[in-house]
Amino acid sequence: MLILQCPYCGINADETELAAGGQAHIKRETVGSDDNAFEDYLFRRVNPKGVHFERWRHANGCGKWFHAARCTMTLEVFGTYKAQTFEPPQNIKDAISAKRPGWKWGDFS
Amino acid sequence: MSNAVSALQGVSHAGYIDVEEMGLRGMVTLRGDLTSANVKIAVKTVFGVSVPDVTKCALQGETGAAWMSPDELLLLCPHERAEELVASLSEALAGEHALVVNVSDARAVFQLRGAAVREVIAKLAPVDMSPNAFLLGHFRRSRIAQTPAAFFLRDETTIELICFRSVAGYMFDVLKRASSRGSEVNAL
Ligand SMILES: [Zn+2]
Repeated sequence: MLILQCPYCGINADETELAAGGQAHIKRETVGSDDNAFEDYLFRRVNPKGVHFERWRHANGCGKWFHAARCTMTLEVFGTYKAQTFEPPQNIKDAISAKRPGWKWGDFS
Repeated sequence: MSNAVSALQGVSHAGYIDVEEMGLRGMVTLRGDLTSANVKIAVKTVFGVSVPDVTKCALQGETGAAWMSPDELLLLCPHERAEELVASLSEALAGEHALVVNVSDARAVFQLRGAAVREVIAKLAPVDMSPNAFLLGHFRRSRIAQTPAAFFLRDETTIELICFRSVAGYMFDVLKRASSRGSEVNAL
């Protein structure tokens, strides 16, 4: 069972209180974007074995969307953080580096 | 003018704890910036309680305030006072970016009474209900079996539980089943 701490209410929510929202940190394409960029935005998602960044919602709880950094292979959770950011905060990156030196995910490392 | 009735009109069940639908209760949703001084003063003035901390509630009899999310409070009051308090709070919050709505008739409230109330909730929600984890003054939004709910301790042997009116029948059924005699666990 996956347990994530909601960064808004601080509750350690088990998976049944949460709704999964897929890959995090996706740049939204809009008017003026070319077709390839739109296709990537709408349909293409990474599916890494290892470090991954995801969106989750504390659906049966405070209702807020947040981000989680975890390992898809071991289910280890590196940390969670609020959604009002374009990239993972430094303390999350540090926590991942401590466990998975040299990790890379998209533009983040 | 139609007569207001609660979802299950006070239905009750005596298992190894007692479960009772509480009838009409006043409930007001406030959405806004809970850190704003104006909001804090308005809530205190109109409802008589301080804005509660994250995942907590402040109660004074039937009146009170409960933390729902970083920008939402659930304000409790007697059913017949809800409209009047909505008007007063809206007035007190004039100019503030906030929303005040009477949601009394959108909800149902149950009261659970007995020594084993913590256990019955623990059977149905992914929440640590042990006496050193879930305390008086805590307000927990979670799920009860398959439906969202929020609950708090009124005292050590009484839990009040709020859910959507549309699932009141389901809620009563699962509470009844979880508190049926012979299903005691005695784990807490
Ligand atoms: Zn939360």
